[in-house]
Amino acid sequence: MAIRDSRDAIRLGIEMVHQHFMLVERFTVLENVMLGAEGGPLLARGAALARAGLARLGEAFGLRVDPDARVGNLPVGAQQRVEILKALHRGAEVLILDEPTGVLTPQEADDLFRVLRALRAQGRTVLLITHKLREIMAVTDAVSVMRAGRMVAHRETAATSVAELGELMIGRRLAAPAPRPAPKLGPVLLEARNLSVRDAGGVERVKGVDLTLRGGEILGIAGVAGNGQGELLETLAAMRRPATGEIRLGGRTVFPGWGFNPAALRRQRLGHVPEDRLRSGLLRNASAAETAILGYQDDPSWRRFGLLAPPAIAAHAARLMRDYDVRPPDPALRSALFSGGNQQKLILAREIDRDPQVLLVGQPTRGVDIGGIDAIHQRLLACRAAGKAVLLVSVELDEIMALADRILVMFDGRIMGELATAEADERRLGLLMAGVSPERAA
Amino acid sequence: MVALELILPILAATLRTATPLLLGALAGLFSERAGIIDVGLEGKMLVGAFAAAAAAAVTGNVLLGLVAGIGGACLLGLVHAYACVTLRGSQVVSGMAINIIASGLTATLALAWFSQGGQTPPLPPGARFLPVTLPGAAALAGVPVLGPAYAALVSGQTVLVYLALILVPFSAWVLYRTRFGLRLRASGEHPAAVDTAGISVARLRYSAVMVASVLCGIAGAYIATAQGAGFVRDMVAGRGYIALAAMILGGWRPWPILFTCLLFGLLDAVAIRLQGVAVPGIGAFPVQALQALPYLLTVVLLAGFVGRAIPPRASGQPYVKER
Repeated sequence: MAIRDSRDAIRLGIEMVHQHFMLVERFTVLENVMLGAEGGPLLARGAALARAGLARLGEAFGLRVDPDARVGNLPVGAQQRVEILKALHRGAEVLILDEPTGVLTPQEADDLFRVLRALRAQGRTVLLITHKLREIMAVTDAVSVMRAGRMVAHRETAATSVAELGELMIGRRLAAPAPRPAPKLGPVLLEARNLSVRDAGGVERVKGVDLTLRGGEILGIAGVAGNGQGELLETLAAMRRPATGEIRLGGRTVFPGWGFNPAALRRQRLGHVPEDRLRSGLLRNASAAETAILGYQDDPSWRRFGLLAPPAIAAHAARLMRDYDVRPPDPALRSALFSGGNQQKLILAREIDRDPQVLLVGQPTRGVDIGGIDAIHQRLLACRAAGKAVLLVSVELDEIMALADRILVMFDGRIMGELATAEADERRLGLLMAGVSPERAA
Repeated sequence: MVALELILPILAATLRTATPLLLGALAGLFSERAGIIDVGLEGKMLVGAFAAAAAAAVTGNVLLGLVAGIGGACLLGLVHAYACVTLRGSQVVSGMAINIIASGLTATLALAWFSQGGQTPPLPPGARFLPVTLPGAAALAGVPVLGPAYAALVSGQTVLVYLALILVPFSAWVLYRTRFGLRLRASGEHPAAVDTAGISVARLRYSAVMVASVLCGIAGAYIATAQGAGFVRDMVAGRGYIALAAMILGGWRPWPILFTCLLFGLLDAVAIRLQGVAVPGIGAFPVQALQALPYLLTVVLLAGFVGRAIPPRASGQPYVKER
């Protein structure tokens, strides 16, 4: 039986609880549950049935929600219960949950697991998509490991261990760190204490992070994508405001305080190569020359009589493009027309050329070809040799191993642990990335 | 009794002027609750007015005029739905384009077909909606206050006035008590939730725009064949926009919309009454001030001075299946 759209899946009894809830916030719980399963053109009869059904399901699975509450007023955990109730009301035999605990408090997660066990006891199938190994060990019967778009292993949960799963997630032996001179450590240049960050929805994405970065070293931040690394990087670059905590740059407190914004930090010699170059690194429709001064457009060296002087800018861009081997070396070309690797080299050139003391780099080689990767890595190592402090956020473990002196692993917004690159291996990294602390893994 | 003689005609005029606003605002309500912004109310009402007047003039049958008015508005609505839903274009731009097309098209066609300087021929009484006298008007005539009030307000309106008033509870019932209404509101709030429930967002939004078009067609027919006696160039004269304002001021809800439409109708009726009346110290009464009030009220409300107008969350956003 082929499944072509969501209607086919629903007919076969397959329901999904999405990571971002498919709930109408202004509707009541009852209205949300009825949507798509109204039981006839008029609502009255179906509403009575749904109300009775909700009471019955609530009893059977411990999913109690007030059917007349507005969904937007419910806490996230209760909203998720509504999603599950919606699925069950439509007769779900197979329930798919996508990273269901990402937004839940630990208590809410425990409640969820109780519900999932009750579902299993009543003969329903639950498919749990998660990168948290603890959850897999706690509630599942069987586990499949997916890596780079392929199913790479299947195990009975009882017959496997956190350690084995962690290794399977990474999947191969990591290259040993490349031999290079020991770091010549300089003074502490970037410091964050107890840093917490909330997103626009109020969810805490970074939870009490401490880190210290010295001149002459590269600090790698590893982790499965979406565990707060991106938010941490953006916060250190002042693109987000922390909820709490302290940030010191070059010995001066920049947060809390006045002038915590990207331009002010740039003036204090902080360079930033953002994770998403197309969103925050360049302007697609601007020329390469304009991209080459973006963020530094107030510099008097390319201004005449208070206005931008295109010849000076073009000359500057041409020099950067030559030095960093950006191809084609045409400052007038639209930024969007360069390949990913050449766009990235141009942004890197722009930031490094300002001689920053601290360089924040996010996913520097995402979408970059092999030759470009090597060139970018050499540039970052040169920064290290020049005594700059480099913070490298990457989901590519090979990249972290090749560049970093120390590795912090982030999980669920926290630093799970720190490893010196020399002692990092796939097992330890895998466990930390899956949220298992080193003591428990031992 | 003098007061009654002054007030009753104004109230009766209020009902008449509120009717096209009410029909237009309910049209906007259905469209926007489904997530399609409808600034093209004006244009659809205008085409409805022209088609109704033209058909009534040619056939001499007012019901055929009504059907033609609805048909004309629906054609324009189809264009809007195609641009907004299928092509995922900007809903405001499409709406404005419809207004401009309607203004030019009706004037041109009127000139080409009737050669009367952009008007349709004046309609004889048989080709218009006429006031109906309800039973009981004569019997109550002798009763003080109640008698004249019944005769002037309840009785003696055209069918379309009664229809517009009945449509208020009917719209509320459709929106809140039927499956169609539930899905329609959901697609204006969170279309992805509708899609994952296995329901076509596109089909829902098309239906909503068509419902709105039918109501616009009726509003146009009312303006040309009940209120007026034939089509005159740009005869809707901004009432589509005032209907939009009434819908916003009514918070996208049927009963408050009735209230705001009556309020705007009253302003209009009073303005007509005060035309040319001299005010000591000022001269002629500034009618324009009253006529600007609906817009001012809407701006004040949208700016958040009085309460807050919360539009449907997904209105104006084309629905794209995958992120």
